[in-house]
Amino acid sequence: MVAVRYQTAFQLYPYERSTDQDASEPVRHSVVVVGGGPIGMAAALDLGLKGVPVLVLDDHDGVGQGSRAICFAKRALEIADRLGFGDPAVEKGVVWNEGKVFYDDRQVFGFNLLPEEGHKRPAFINLQQPYFEKFIVDRIRQAQADGVPIDIRGCNAVTSVTPNDDHVALSVDTPEGSYQLEADWLIACDGASSPIRNMLGLDFVGRVFEDNFLIADVKMQAEFPTERWFWFDPPFNRNQSALLHKQPDNIWRIDLQLGWDIDKREEQKPDNVVPRLKAMLGDDVEFELEWVSIYTFQCRRMEKFRHGRVIFSGDSAHQVSPFGARGANSGLQDTDNLCWKLKLVLDGRAPERLLDTYDIERVHGADENILNSTRSTDFITPKSETSRLFRNAVLDLSEVSAFARPLVNSGRLSVPCVYDGSPLNGSDDTTLPKATRPGAPATDAPLTSGDWLLDRLGNTFQLLAIGADVPECLEIDGIEVENVPVEPNDTIRERYLGSAPSAIYLMRPDQHVAARWQSFNREAVAAALKIATGNA
Amino acid sequence: MSQLITEPNISGADDFYAELLSLHEGRSKEDSDALNARLILILANHIGDRETLREAFELASAAGQQEQQS
Ligand SMILES: Cc1cc2nc3c(=O)[nH]c(=O)nc-3n(C[C@H](O)[C@H](O)[C@H](O)COP(=O)(O)OP(=O)(O)OC[C@H]3O[C@@H](n4cnc5c(N)ncnc54)[C@H](O)[C@@H]3O)c2cc1C
Repeated sequence: MVAVRYQTAFQLYPYERSTDQDASEPVRHSVVVVGGGPIGMAAALDLGLKGVPVLVLDDHDGVGQGSRAICFAKRALEIADRLGFGDPAVEKGVVWNEGKVFYDDRQVFGFNLLPEEGHKRPAFINLQQPYFEKFIVDRIRQAQADGVPIDIRGCNAVTSVTPNDDHVALSVDTPEGSYQLEADWLIACDGASSPIRNMLGLDFVGRVFEDNFLIADVKMQAEFPTERWFWFDPPFNRNQSALLHKQPDNIWRIDLQLGWDIDKREEQKPDNVVPRLKAMLGDDVEFELEWVSIYTFQCRRMEKFRHGRVIFSGDSAHQVSPFGARGANSGLQDTDNLCWKLKLVLDGRAPERLLDTYDIERVHGADENILNSTRSTDFITPKSETSRLFRNAVLDLSEVSAFARPLVNSGRLSVPCVYDGSPLNGSDDTTLPKATRPGAPATDAPLTSGDWLLDRLGNTFQLLAIGADVPECLEIDGIEVENVPVEPNDTIRERYLGSAPSAIYLMRPDQHVAARWQSFNREAVAAALKIATGNA
Repeated sequence: MSQLITEPNISGADDFYAELLSLHEGRSKEDSDALNARLILILANHIGDRETLREAFELASAAGQQEQQS
């Protein structure tokens, strides 16, 4: 039997018997993804679209109820665009730029993130995680109809994993009993409490924060603006913090810090939750509770994300506190990074050690996220007298002086990771703008032709040729390099040329810059491609 | 190269010192501590340069160290 650990918001992949369950020998699959959360599904979609047959095993039959992630950042939306589910997410999501910070009984300042012009996607949208996940599965269904080789099996719980030199053996439990499978590669996207990590006896170390947060999603017709409101030490939640943020469907996310010594079961009861919310929202505000839960937070990661043929992505590999919205956003960057590498290895175009650069680049990303979310958590919940003293000093000053406002840390919102120092980075012409240096994700820009630069990039290696001539199509060591000619305009000049008259950017399939020059040279491109594919 | 000024730089040293102390006069310990924290932040922002600030941090903690040892 497969245990039901949570209720589903959308039933998307009900159990169906697979012929693998009747096979006399375990059937071998090229890639098995364990876990159909946002990260597992994004991995499956990415690999499937690259023509890699992929099987997803999830122990439920749909998307879990209760919105965990609500805040999806621009880079995640760009990845969603590359995979073809960006539009429904942005259409449904709430775009926001403004926020207010309150301290004690007063507003200390308001802010506007003033997004930079000339990007297709906003800095953030708020969207309930179940919708985000559903849009990925909808996109998978559409891709399957076009013949993309993705198989999703619901109510298939992985109960054992045995790594071998050339494959991984798995036992899978279903409502009709268990069966065996084999995978050339296994991607473990089975969440923060990762059963696979435990089965393999792997570490997951870091810092536990001795604190509890009440997360409530409430439905109300209130006139609160579409802003992020954050309270430090408010009268309705003394010595603690609070957050209010809008989601689609007139749902608001409320996040109340409760402290460490509480009775979790008691605190979750509506009789206790409702008075807390009334104290915050006002007695006259009508609301319905959509979802309530209590969380404690951790900041931790695995020491290594790749263990032979088992590769960890998303929460199974790293966990952060939610202040800063880095969980799902960084998990999507994991599979963005992994899938093209795995494809090259499967095709025999790159050595297996290319997969170790997934480890290097995404451990770097995880460390950045852990650092940022630890700092936010320490500001929100000062751990010593002195740190509280400075925290309160910053807040007091922020009311009267602009200089203190950047020091207020109620969560540094996720920005894309730059793979500085990565072994895959090739040659750099440092006269070109710093923001688009090797390792950085491409910065979007409107094109003279009326579309967006990022819509032209990704999925294969490409030569982004700005005001320069390159051959139509290159094939180097059996790897195709597509030519993407772009006419310079003001934004392109600012973001990609600086003072240079022209530039050639070698782009990776995940839209990150591999190397760049001012003009085309075939040997230089070939050398950089070797480096970027681990063939150097 | 050291950016932090460690030579005497405040004219009217006694007057400055008296002004600093009078700022704290009549305040509770808690109030004074909070004021000091605000003051550090204001002055740090005025200096701005991270290297200079780091030198100041080092000097402040080294001086405290010597006091403890003696
Ligand atoms: C309160 C809260 C707020 C958050 N806010 C944000 C935010 O604003 N922005 C953001 O980016 N992130 C946020 N996060 C983090 C985000 O929710 C997670 O990072 C994200 O869900 C991770 O996705 P995942 O696919 O790695 O794991 P999960 O979503 O946990 O999915 C794991 C899947 O694996 C399945 N599974 C587990 N074991 C097995 C097994 N043995 N066999 C088969 N299947 C199995 C599970 O059923 C599940 O479907 C928040 C988290 C919380 C708790």
